Amino acid sequence: MMIIAIPVDEANVEASVSDNFGRAPYYLYYISENESSDFLVNLAMEERGGAGIKAAQILVDHNVDILLTPRCGENAHAVLHAANVKLYKSVGGKAMDNIKKFLDGELELLEDIHEGFHGGN
Amino acid sequence: MKIAVLSGKGGTGKTLVTVNLAALKNSSYIDCDIEEPNGYLFFKPKDIEVEDISVRVPQVDRDLCNGCKKCVDFCRFNALAYARDSLIIFEDICHSCGGCMLICPENALSEKDRLIGRIEKGRSENVELYTGILNPGQPSGVPIIERLVEMESLSNKEYSLIDSPPGSACIVMESIKDADYCVLVAEPTIFGAHNLSMVYDLVKLFKKPFGVILNKSLEGENPSEDFCRKKKIKTLGSIPFDHDLGHLNSNGKIAVRESKKYKDLFSQILDKIIEEVENERNSNP
Repeated sequence: MMIIAIPVDEANVEASVSDNFGRAPYYLYYISENESSDFLVNLAMEERGGAGIKAAQILVDHNVDILLTPRCGENAHAVLHAANVKLYKSVGGKAMDNIKKFLDGELELLEDIHEGFHGGN
Repeated sequence: MKIAVLSGKGGTGKTLVTVNLAALKNSSYIDCDIEEPNGYLFFKPKDIEVEDISVRVPQVDRDLCNGCKKCVDFCRFNALAYARDSLIIFEDICHSCGGCMLICPENALSEKDRLIGRIEKGRSENVELYTGILNPGQPSGVPIIERLVEMESLSNKEYSLIDSPPGSACIVMESIKDADYCVLVAEPTIFGAHNLSMVYDLVKLFKKPFGVILNKSLEGENPSEDFCRKKKIKTLGSIPFDHDLGHLNSNGKIAVRESKKYKDLFSQILDKIIEEVENERNSNP
């Protein structure tokens, strides 16, 4: 069984991929075995700091194996990497289309991990 | 008497004002602009004593940690995560509250020191200097400011001049919290007036008595002066946009030690500030 997560702006199967990993409002949560999908509410979205870390923790706690995302910060990556979550770079458009592309082997590994957008103190 | 000098952005003349006011008296000069302290370039202090500043961050004993994640849930800064049987500690996000250590039921967390910067204490004629220095890459210098404020309170000088960091964030609040008076330095541009309004909001919020120094003043329109007039803010004086002053300053000279003209200019400003503080003390004893 493989669980795939992808940040989305709305909790519906037509939703587009969110531009942001840590502060996306939801994650589409896809279980490959029975092709079912669900949504996780991202409780980290409103955090003043460390949103990426908390969001990554939520995915790790839900046993996510694969994350499809346009980008990811270094702190979130540290958590995901420790949990052996594999990151692939999403392309624009709908989240479900990205899952199809991933399953067809059309997405590339996400390698450009950015330093994060860490705000004030 | 503690006088803090602020501005909404860097480059308005905070250091020029603070250094020259401090040099007029038997005073301490506290450089809280810890990301880029530069007061020492003017004072060239002697007899430097260094104090390292560290913060306390948690470390985990992996043999004791049972993965309950109570610390992860507790940390409001999200400095902790737990993945694949191990706790991950983000030291640069940690605010050193110590809560995780209190909440851990297994006593698996203990404190260790993390060096974030230093304070250099020195002397230049009548002035005692305290320079805060934040190491590059460190996210918060607030603990250095806290220690500077504490050191200032132990100093026996009658006057303390605090060179605040630019802007209006936490670190600035920390630098002005014990101040008797705030001096806002403003440039004569629309951008300058906007930056002035940011620090104006801050000192109002902190209910600090304050006044404005109009720096780089030229003939004609001055949006910062207009802002002061509109808000009925006391102006303490104008510093002209003047070649000689710029020349002295860019050569690391302290204008009041070099020229009577500037000594008179800054003395008038300082006298006004002292009068303001005394009035304030008499009306709010």
